Amino acid sequence: MSIAPAEFDAPPERRSEDYLWTLNFGPQHPATHTTLRLVLKLEGERVVDAMPEMGYLHSGFEKIGEHLTFNQYVTVTDRMNYISPMANNVAWHHAVEKLLGIELTPRCTFIRTIIAELARISDHLLCNGAVGLDTGAFTFFLYAFYQREVIYDIFETLCGARFTNSYTRVGGVSQDMTPLVIEKIRSFLKTFPKTLDDMERLLNRNRIFVDRTKGVGVLTKAEAINRGATGPVARASGVTRDLRRDEPYLAYADLDFQVCCASAGDCYARYLVRMQEMRESLKIVEQALEKLPGGPINVGIDQRTALPTKKQVYSTIEGTISHFELSMSNRGFEVPCEESYAAIEAPNGELGFYIVGDGEDAAYRARCRPPSVLHFAMFPHLIRGHTLSDIVAVLGSLNIIAAELDR
Amino acid sequence: MNSFSDAPSDSATTCPHLVALEQAFGSLESSLFRGQQRVVVPAANSFAALGLLKDRGFDLLVDVSCVDYLEYRGAKHRYGLVYLLASTTSPDRLTVRVFADDPEPTVASVVPLWEAANWLEREVWDLFGIHFTGHPDLRRLVMPEAFTAHPLRKDYPLQGRGERHNFPVITRDHS
Repeated sequence: MSIAPAEFDAPPERRSEDYLWTLNFGPQHPATHTTLRLVLKLEGERVVDAMPEMGYLHSGFEKIGEHLTFNQYVTVTDRMNYISPMANNVAWHHAVEKLLGIELTPRCTFIRTIIAELARISDHLLCNGAVGLDTGAFTFFLYAFYQREVIYDIFETLCGARFTNSYTRVGGVSQDMTPLVIEKIRSFLKTFPKTLDDMERLLNRNRIFVDRTKGVGVLTKAEAINRGATGPVARASGVTRDLRRDEPYLAYADLDFQVCCASAGDCYARYLVRMQEMRESLKIVEQALEKLPGGPINVGIDQRTALPTKKQVYSTIEGTISHFELSMSNRGFEVPCEESYAAIEAPNGELGFYIVGDGEDAAYRARCRPPSVLHFAMFPHLIRGHTLSDIVAVLGSLNIIAAELDR
Repeated sequence: MNSFSDAPSDSATTCPHLVALEQAFGSLESSLFRGQQRVVVPAANSFAALGLLKDRGFDLLVDVSCVDYLEYRGAKHRYGLVYLLASTTSPDRLTVRVFADDPEPTVASVVPLWEAANWLEREVWDLFGIHFTGHPDLRRLVMPEAFTAHPLRKDYPLQGRGERHNFPVITRDHS
């Protein structure tokens, strides 16, 4: 619906800009979900260009990472992607353990796999729920949020915190999985597929939702690779890359699951991939619970990273020494003067940490590779030519979390 | 299971990508740590080397970041850029290091190769002050435009230099 510029007296090169509207979207807007800003150039209702701006939540997480020890920093990672903090905890300590060269106990790898997948489900529920909410499907959002509440409840039983879990430790986890937690996860595994069916019935063939998401924000496979997309965003565009399968970490090599892909690359495909991934996550959790091995959750005291149990501290000399040394500020871990990068398949995409060690038990540099930054950077490319109301669908389907964006 | 065992030390010479790089740019410093292959490329050749690697199948630029080695024991250079490359068709990964020094740390931008580098390089410029030549839009990414320092440098204190207190306050009368 372009207005013919003939009536303008301005010279042609200026004329083309004259009737464009500039609209400030955010930083505080219900549909941005968090604090990010878009400066839009509109022609009527059509978006000619968008200029994303970030940094409103910048809190220097990477700088803080150079001053907190490897165990302390896990509390900061909670606050990066706060809709799936468990996945961030796992990612951070996965990278730390790679730098320190620690092999986890089998039970720990399975517990971490289970919580990472539960975090994926809760992340996808929020993302898809919010896409539904923004495109007018309020019931869908409530269904999704009810199930998120159940997962919070599981996490609360597991480690005492619903939201900012800080669950992992170097070489292990803070709490063992009790029978009560396993029971709660099992009951979630039983009830959740029914809700998932309901949710799919609500939206998959919903005319309004399909019209608002199909063909909107199309990302081709070549562009997805060129622009560094990872995770569900890339897989919805036909990139068959999933670190859980390609570079199996934790217990994923022992578990059977499928990598969900689509080829359309639009908002609807991203929604479908996330829905399907939740089913695969359920499969993974179910198998991991079946195979959950016994044994200790932390590495042994010879590794000098995880605090020994109370029994070891009080009844063995090694335990006492290890506990004492780990509590002393000038002792602690043996960190190589090396650097390494390790990544996991977080709900949003590849979440990795590049850690430089210099012998201290805090990182010399703790670089976080956040998937959201690369996804937000491609936003103008996705929205050009679409209407103003499509912004919420595209933003929602990219699942941009400003706290992870700005760090 | 995590498996971080190092491959034998002679694998550095057998990595085909390294062989191709050395054919093009002469002998390069490379190392292997916990299965992660790393190679140092001179700053003058960084764009050509990364272009060569892109043509050899590293189609995904995972990350561009930087480390300030100001207080690092035995470091020869001040800034070390980290290019993490991966492939969407094979499990290969490669870490390319490019070093830069004061007073004008400058590296060629790889935005012409990967659009993904656009914001990543803007972030490095913002937080470290590395200048990327050929970058289409080198503005600050996370810090405000008026900010003058580069806060992830090691000589920048954790609590800042008082910028927070000098921040202009918008009052009701002047809003």
